[in-house]
Amino acid sequence: MERQQEPAGSGPENGRSTEVADAAYRRGVGLGGEVRKTTIGLLVNDRPGVLMRISQVFSRRGYNIESLVVSPAHVIPATSRMTITCSGPADVLHQIILQLDKLVDVIHAHDHTDDAAVTRELALFKVACTIAQRGEVLQITEVFRGKTVDISDETITVEVTGTTEKMDALEKMLARFDLREMVRTGKVVMARGTDVT
Amino acid sequence: MRGADAVIQAVERQGVDFIFGHPGGAAMPIFDALVDSEHIRFVLTRHEQGATHMADGYARATGKPGVVLVTSGPGATNTVTGLLTAQMDSVPMVVLTGQTISPMLGKDAFQEADVFGISMPVVKHSYLVKAVDDIPRVMHEAFHIATTGRKGPVLVDLPKDVTSAECGADFPERVYLPGYSVRSKADPDRLQEAAGFLRRSRRPLLYLGGGAIAAGAHEAAKAFAEKTRMPVTNTLLGKGAFPEQHELSVGMLGMHGTAYANKAVVGCDLIMSVGGRWDDRITGKLDEFCPDAVKIHVDIDPAEYGKVVMPDVFLQGDALEVLEELINMVGPLDTADWLGQIDEWKVKYPLKYGKKGGLKMQAVFDRLYHLTAGRAVVSTDVGQHQMWAAQFYRTAHHRQWLSSGGAGTMGYGFPAAVGAQFGRPDETVVAIVGDGGFQMTMCELATAAVHDLPVKVLIMDNAYLGMVRQWQNLFFDNRLSGVDLEGNPDFVKLAASYGIEAWHLRRTADIDKILTRMLKHDSGPAVVHCHCEKEDNVFPMIPAGAAVHEMLIEPPRRKLAKPTGST
Repeated sequence: MERQQEPAGSGPENGRSTEVADAAYRRGVGLGGEVRKTTIGLLVNDRPGVLMRISQVFSRRGYNIESLVVSPAHVIPATSRMTITCSGPADVLHQIILQLDKLVDVIHAHDHTDDAAVTRELALFKVACTIAQRGEVLQITEVFRGKTVDISDETITVEVTGTTEKMDALEKMLARFDLREMVRTGKVVMARGTDVT
Repeated sequence: MRGADAVIQAVERQGVDFIFGHPGGAAMPIFDALVDSEHIRFVLTRHEQGATHMADGYARATGKPGVVLVTSGPGATNTVTGLLTAQMDSVPMVVLTGQTISPMLGKDAFQEADVFGISMPVVKHSYLVKAVDDIPRVMHEAFHIATTGRKGPVLVDLPKDVTSAECGADFPERVYLPGYSVRSKADPDRLQEAAGFLRRSRRPLLYLGGGAIAAGAHEAAKAFAEKTRMPVTNTLLGKGAFPEQHELSVGMLGMHGTAYANKAVVGCDLIMSVGGRWDDRITGKLDEFCPDAVKIHVDIDPAEYGKVVMPDVFLQGDALEVLEELINMVGPLDTADWLGQIDEWKVKYPLKYGKKGGLKMQAVFDRLYHLTAGRAVVSTDVGQHQMWAAQFYRTAHHRQWLSSGGAGTMGYGFPAAVGAQFGRPDETVVAIVGDGGFQMTMCELATAAVHDLPVKVLIMDNAYLGMVRQWQNLFFDNRLSGVDLEGNPDFVKLAASYGIEAWHLRRTADIDKILTRMLKHDSGPAVVHCHCEKEDNVFPMIPAGAAVHEMLIEPPRRKLAKPTGST
């Protein structure tokens, strides 16, 4: 009976599973059913069906993916990065992360909720405003270090990058005007220093 | 070599002798390639579900992966129940499905179904092969994934144009699966921690699940228990991991386990699961499950860590390797008082059944056990007969017990026995089935008859879906609903129409005579239609959602509340 995969050629992440389980366990234990929001960074094979397998881990437990970003990964060929945010009881999230990591097409799944990872998202806001209101909209945009990317007789579109909290704050400010549309990319995450995302 | 030839070669490379399945248009190139195979026997089943259960029974009885070959669309969707059954019980299986030609994918072609998508929640992994040169790698990976780590079913969907095309690729020497690694050696610090707990324990209990059998840890478990003087309980799927006749065995635990096993669960100060998963049939009400006992959990699957029960020590590793390490770290434990207590329970609360009234299933299984000297390979279906068989057919041997535990699939028992008989042609294989479950897959009588398989079938006919009736009786004021199996056929005449020898068994006094006839008949299948007492209930019983200590050892005299547990 074959007990262990051949060490050579079995990939850079060989043997990680227990470390991931331990880390997830340490976070999950003690929190029990307390609801929290989590950010999960995944490195996955770039193959058809991967997204479906991942989404099934959430859907079969009745949990919703709040934001999801997928893009090709650098360096490792035929892989993608995913960042997923989701809310739920800590013990369920812990189980979700273990089950994600177990998928054959998932090279690793890391919970970045509590570590000091860099997280960002980009948002576009389309505000309808009178010419008299323009100055104030531009001023608010400037305070949030946003850029004006489109302007018409009736609207201004601004682009902002930052943390989710910053996006929420700007949304609140712009909601005082006629905020017509908002499109956000969802959160992306990268671990700091030499830590692996 | 065509793609289809590569598919068949990949199966041959695994040393698998049988493929179970059913043909159809999209699978025709693969069936054509089968003609040239010198090693593989194809078993034509009468329904694809039967093929999956046969492959499952073959895998559980031999340890080799079961292989299924079916066509696209309905052929493929009929494998879903078998996939679920194998997935829940971690059975190595590779299911090959034909598929419409790749340019027609997604265009509602004839017999097209998105099987890759439909099956996804019930497989360990799956592939949709779009390029013929991927076939050798995919097949190699499919068997690797199915048979390593926590075993399970893998589905490979093969479009007809892909299997028809010329394949230029060779089989890879090794797999490259960066997201899939199997660590079989447990962490040394954790092992020390576990050994420390064990050394301090005075009332330990070893709990063996199906994983102990999958890992071939039966001998290691015996050596471990004997050295430590630790009593052993087994789950339904763990039957055969440790001899139930052994003085240290307390038999099966859980919902319909022995009273003394469940008393040991309540009374232990340490419980160590090897290849078990703290299923809800085992734990009952979780909050009250061994609250004060130290829990050690040995499992090859890291995702089992804290899934149901948060253990004090989780040993991620292969059951055999972990036990082989641990045995050198722990000496004999001071369990004399504990074993004495357990022996008292064994005397006070033995498994028993009434001797009056009609034909008792328990009596049939009790006698079958003795007449086969406990050596038969036994498969069961799901329901009352399954629990009584588990109680009265005591097991001692690795891979002698085949039962759908996790999925609870009715219709599993008979085809699984057929698959097991193919894999172990010289041994006695007995399917114990209920009248309900048997009728779900009884079309495979033809398969068994055609191959002159000496498989024995005991049909336990109580004209009810007995386990559901039991629940309605105990918890729903006996308001029977949808459980009457009015219209059962005469199974002896049914068997005869397939040319199969069959006998009726109506009286307790005839049990030995008829079972002996059945066991002696080896020139083809043998069927016994047992006309059982209609309204017997299985005890002991822990109502779903109740705590283990609330076990009912005998029929209750008071009215019971509706169960709150899962099912």
